[in-house]
Amino acid sequence: MEDAGRGRPARRQRQRAALRRDLGADRRLLGLNNIELITDRDLQTNLREIKQVKRDWPDRALIVSIMVPCVEEAWKAILPLVEDTGADGIELNFGCPHGMSERGMGSAVGQVPEYIEMVVRWCKQNTRMPVITKLTPNITDIRKPARAALTGGTDAVSLINTINSITGVDLDSFAPQPTIDGKGSHGGYCGPAVKPIAMNMVAEIARDSETRGLPISGIGGITTWRDAAEFMALGAGNVQVCTAAMTYGFKIVEEMIEGLKNWMDEKGHADLDAIVGRATPNVTDWQYLNLNYVAKARIDQDACIKCGRCHIACEDTSHQAITSMVDGARHFEVIEEECVGCNLCVNVCPVEGCITLEPLAAGSLDKRTGKVVEPVYANWTTHPNNPMARQAAE
Amino acid sequence: MAEGQFKQGIAAGRLAPPEYADNFSDLHPPFDRHEALVEADRCYFCYDAPCMQACPTSIDIPMFIRQISTGNPVGAAKTIFDQNILGGMCARVCPTETLCEEVCVREVAEGKPVQIGRLQRYATDTAMAQHKQFYERAAPTGKRIAVVGAGPAGLACAHRLAVNGHEVTVYEAKPKAGGLNEYGIAAYKSVDGFAQAEVDYITAIGGIDVQHDKALGRDISVAELASSHDAVFLGMGLSGVNALRAEGEDAEGVQDAVDFIAELRQAGDLAQLPVGRRVVVIGGGMTAIDAAIQSKLLGAEEVTICYRRGKEHMNASEFEQDLAASKGVTIRHWLQPKSVIDAGGRVAGIELEYTTLRDGKLVGTGETMLIDADQVFKAIGQSFDASPLNGSGNSIAMEGGRIKVDAEGRTSMAKVWAGGDCVVDAREDLTVAAVAAGRDAAESIHRALTSNGRA
Repeated sequence: MEDAGRGRPARRQRQRAALRRDLGADRRLLGLNNIELITDRDLQTNLREIKQVKRDWPDRALIVSIMVPCVEEAWKAILPLVEDTGADGIELNFGCPHGMSERGMGSAVGQVPEYIEMVVRWCKQNTRMPVITKLTPNITDIRKPARAALTGGTDAVSLINTINSITGVDLDSFAPQPTIDGKGSHGGYCGPAVKPIAMNMVAEIARDSETRGLPISGIGGITTWRDAAEFMALGAGNVQVCTAAMTYGFKIVEEMIEGLKNWMDEKGHADLDAIVGRATPNVTDWQYLNLNYVAKARIDQDACIKCGRCHIACEDTSHQAITSMVDGARHFEVIEEECVGCNLCVNVCPVEGCITLEPLAAGSLDKRTGKVVEPVYANWTTHPNNPMARQAAE
Repeated sequence: MAEGQFKQGIAAGRLAPPEYADNFSDLHPPFDRHEALVEADRCYFCYDAPCMQACPTSIDIPMFIRQISTGNPVGAAKTIFDQNILGGMCARVCPTETLCEEVCVREVAEGKPVQIGRLQRYATDTAMAQHKQFYERAAPTGKRIAVVGAGPAGLACAHRLAVNGHEVTVYEAKPKAGGLNEYGIAAYKSVDGFAQAEVDYITAIGGIDVQHDKALGRDISVAELASSHDAVFLGMGLSGVNALRAEGEDAEGVQDAVDFIAELRQAGDLAQLPVGRRVVVIGGGMTAIDAAIQSKLLGAEEVTICYRRGKEHMNASEFEQDLAASKGVTIRHWLQPKSVIDAGGRVAGIELEYTTLRDGKLVGTGETMLIDADQVFKAIGQSFDASPLNGSGNSIAMEGGRIKVDAEGRTSMAKVWAGGDCVVDAREDLTVAAVAAGRDAAESIHRALTSNGRA
């Protein structure tokens, strides 16, 4: 749990919960943007409560998330105080995109790998506690700060923190949302909408040759057991949940625990080691994808409800590879001569499992290209259309 | 329960006053904004949508639902009115379960269609509440057109003609405009005077002069209208009512269902409207259902619909039949009226004969049965009364007892178009079909008067 028992020693003038939700039609939460300042409670109160929580729940790990000014004295000063609470570890908040970054804290540090390395090193030198470095996604390459944290001696990284965002604009006042007295500021976006971005970043660190093996705590829109399993399959050893609890309360975690158990039992996964990182080797770079893999969409006519969305999506924006009318009747069928297997129809079809991509077996004819599907793996690095490959050959 | 429930014979005030209000409140209460957004979100925005194909007026349903879902119900209303200026009433009275909603892909997929009718009502109600007028009249053409009948066909025709810059005079036999919308729709489908509000909304465009109490064959004739106007549209509906052809049907207490429905719609105080304790309705269409349900809602103890064919042959939709059943109406099939039991000049019951299909032909089996009744409603179809036309002295070709028209709505008489229930139409006698006919005839008239639409 990200927030449960988490102390935030940095002092703030006042706390303001300025949140705005991104909502679906039935007000289902898609994402949450906060521009809140972190805490207006004094450090001593936080420390006292952290200590109490650890005393009450000695068998639970308690991680304290810390953010102080980027000078060694500040870190040196706070670490013993945190240690004294009996906490099991600390998380360095290098992710907060607002409020602290303007004062040289939070993502202001997280966006500069050299600072990360330096602060992590200070912490490792000044505490016995394990150090988790929390990373901001508001950078271009997540591997750089992860590598820096590792070099500084971090025990683990956690990601992602929230993403700079404006969730909306009030079209009467023309103020960005969330709005404070007519003005808005980029806030931190979290919740289900950020999950794909977070998972990519987790995978990037998990498969990077320099950071491979570095423990990862996955964060970003985890709402169901399936979300948790996906993060873990991509290399996260554990996950953190905040927005889902903010939406539904802590009870949501019960579903995640039971769901994960049930799935692991069903699939015969004995422990977490059986799933953590299992998907990581399957994440590769684009140029290594098999270009001899050919798949065609197939529409299950018994399941098709004839909404025609696959047709119009393909017709207007893709490859004109799905019929709308066959022999005068409304009928949606893939034209194999045109289908490139792009997956768009699968995504827009409202019926689960109705449209599937079926791989062509090696040796069979691809009606679109008129070529036989090759049995061997071949990728972009050797493809004749790749100028780099041609240069290498020449 | 009010003690009036068990009064013998045909009596008023069977219910306590609040019960009338409850019984005749909106059949489908309007969606609020949130309900509309959630329901709109269920629409898949189908390509070449089946619902749109099924709509006689071809409303772009996926588009208007999309507009609702993006918070633009007024734009949605314009999408609807572009095709059907009576979209507000159609949203209330269309048998959507046999039109758009029957073919909704979600009906096919999960037996639960998008509630298109209620969404349409949400959009049109929103725009009408804001008095949004979407159309401006084109430059005056100087052409004058007579429309006979201010029902759905006539109003749709008049509006489209007015949009195109013509001057329209609507001649209506009744004191109010609206036709069946005003006189023929069950009260719980059109509450709060919606029919008149819609007439006002439609005529607000200007250029439409509605003259009341002007009946064809009595006050005006087709020949006169044709000579004094550039074109004539006949949309007078069906004024005849089919007879039971049963002995004793002249007894007191035997009444046309359409008259009962009209009286009920015009009644200021439903408690003053008398209804039988035991009511039998003969027929199998919407009129039979409406008369039966409203009898029940007025406090009749027993209401029985008797239809001479099977459930599957009833013109009333499945939904309407279920609605009647849920209100406590009994629907009996394979029974045809044989004679009305007369007790001192008043109805005391009705004798019916069982029927069957023999070689595709409906025949009586000879077996009879008796139902006690103090009121019998005839709802076995309406017919076109051609006498007002003949009175005009001109011959207008007929077909199947109604006016014959071509694909554009032209009759055999020069300058005269017709549409709605008074013409032979492959489509059922639906409000929405009448709107389509009136609208399309208006476009045909416009083309004819302006050389391909150019004034």
